[in-house]
Amino acid sequence: METLLPLFVAIPIFSAILILLVGKWDKKIFPRIWSILTTLSLLVLLVLFWDKGTIIHEMSGWKPPYGIVLIKDSLSQLMLLIVNGVAFLTIVYSYSYILRYEDYLRFFSLFMLMLAGMNGVVLTGDLFNLYVFLEIASLASYALVGYGVGGEELEASFKYLILGVFASMLILFGVGMVYSVTGSLNMADIARFLISHPGNKAVLMASGLFIVGFGLKAGLVPFHAWLPDAHPSAPAPISAMLSGVLIKVLGIYSMIRVFYHVIGITPIISNTFLAIGCLSMIVGALMGFGQDDMKRLFAFSSISQMGFVMVGIGLGTPLGIIGALFHLLNHAGFKSLLFLSSGAIEGETGTRNLSELGGLREKMPVTSASSVVGSLSISGVPPFNGFWSKLIIILAAFQAGKIWVASLLVLTAFLTLSYYLKFQKNAIFGNIVEKVKGAREAPMPMVVPLVLFAVICLFVGVFNYTIISNIIIPAQQILMDRGGYILSIFGNI
Amino acid sequence: MKENRKSGMTFIVKMITNIMIGFMIVFGGYIVLFGHITPGGGFPGGVMIALAYILVTLAYGRNIVERKVSGITASVVDDLGALTFWFIGIIGLCVGGEFLYNFLGKGKPFHIFSAGTIILNNIAITLKVGMSLYAIFLALAILGRVVTDKNERKDEQ
Repeated sequence: METLLPLFVAIPIFSAILILLVGKWDKKIFPRIWSILTTLSLLVLLVLFWDKGTIIHEMSGWKPPYGIVLIKDSLSQLMLLIVNGVAFLTIVYSYSYILRYEDYLRFFSLFMLMLAGMNGVVLTGDLFNLYVFLEIASLASYALVGYGVGGEELEASFKYLILGVFASMLILFGVGMVYSVTGSLNMADIARFLISHPGNKAVLMASGLFIVGFGLKAGLVPFHAWLPDAHPSAPAPISAMLSGVLIKVLGIYSMIRVFYHVIGITPIISNTFLAIGCLSMIVGALMGFGQDDMKRLFAFSSISQMGFVMVGIGLGTPLGIIGALFHLLNHAGFKSLLFLSSGAIEGETGTRNLSELGGLREKMPVTSASSVVGSLSISGVPPFNGFWSKLIIILAAFQAGKIWVASLLVLTAFLTLSYYLKFQKNAIFGNIVEKVKGAREAPMPMVVPLVLFAVICLFVGVFNYTIISNIIIPAQQILMDRGGYILSIFGNI
Repeated sequence: MKENRKSGMTFIVKMITNIMIGFMIVFGGYIVLFGHITPGGGFPGGVMIALAYILVTLAYGRNIVERKVSGITASVVDDLGALTFWFIGIIGLCVGGEFLYNFLGKGKPFHIFSAGTIILNNIAITLKVGMSLYAIFLALAILGRVVTDKNERKDEQ
């Protein structure tokens, strides 16, 4: 079984190269079909690996402290589900969406590289390898954000590039510092060393670098400057991937993996998480209010929702982490849905401005219905999934005795509801305006993923207990068990 | 040769390039082939080979060098290099159960045919790095072509 683990990275890399190579002869059909097959095969691979416990693959046969290991535990499994699930539906959506661009090859090739990078980040057990995969995913995403090569797109891409490279540099510095202290790059080996040699100042410095670096990748306030530009400028499927997956994997997942398993969580770090989380939540929600551009509104909402996740993680209690991980899963569903539906709406009406839209529910019934489901889910209306994860985080805050945090959470949930009501009132409901008159329902490959995402939002909301007890709680237990992580790699040596 | 004289740099630069280019490619090849026993490997060797091509582009102009290796050839070779590396990894996975498993004999230490698949990996990396650097340089030189074309048009007028 463990033999197949590298395929999560190898298959998309192979597709990325093959699409470019075969694309010299077939530019239109092959890239689209082949990328759907690739993402489908990754899902099949995930089903093969589902609930098989912790699986370790030693690359090239070198034993753990010396070589690179790939490790798949329940936490990686949750993240693999998010990455590959969203990637599959997004690629199906891109089948029609890409028709509005001239160059198909590079879009799908870069998409596959981004996917390979993210699967690698999720699976790796080596700190420097984490940095390498993070760079692969980031570099692909810089190019994809500027895919439209208009002035605005290139500016956003350049801004993202500069800030992203700065973040990578900080992370690399952090990795270097940790390496100089511990003499190892294997995460479990570093953790083992740091348990027996606590209180090192260089590691504290590295922690600061990691918080800023991963925080920049996650788009948390005050490191969020790139996100509200990059998300609206990117093509809709890429916005969905960026917001639904990339900021979670490169930012939140890397941060929790490094702090919970490698460096070890301390009250200072938890409180920093809590402060950053509260700030992101409130600032994102308040900035979301004033936006007229639909995708910009969603982008600020992403910042705000990542704040929710960080608060849950910063609370540090089991319930808080369950809430955070569950919100991570839910946010991937509804935010991808919302970004994809914004792409469908923009394609039909030619505008993303809420003030120029209205009455879409009559012209595009399916798209409208699914985006209403998405916005109800993200605003936390029962029985959709967003309600349950927000409820758990708020309960966890009360349970931890942090009344202020809990009241901020409730306030933000209320703010979220109000700006999504604004989106619904202006775009979906109301009278049909001039620009919407000629709109028709989006083509089939674009509508099907929207409906599937909406069904997933409802399904996860209704069967929340099953999902939490089967997927989220094992991940939370793995995350909080640092000794178990070390044992899972060094236990049999 | 008339075209040669018109495009690119001066006669001195071209002469020096003619002398240097062979040494650069041979030294690049040496760095690649002995990468597993001496300091070096696919990346530095590939960069040296790419630099040889880039030097010719600088000295003679883009058109001359593109007749030898065009941008499309460069990108195809670049893809094939990456694919070769991928297949070496996957063969290791099939044979030894681990990605990039060293499935060839280890050979005698400090001889050129030793260390199993590492020399093959180095050659794959050379193709990838060398040709992609060269392709990047050609892509950047597109602007140069636009400016040159404009100037030529001005001269004709």
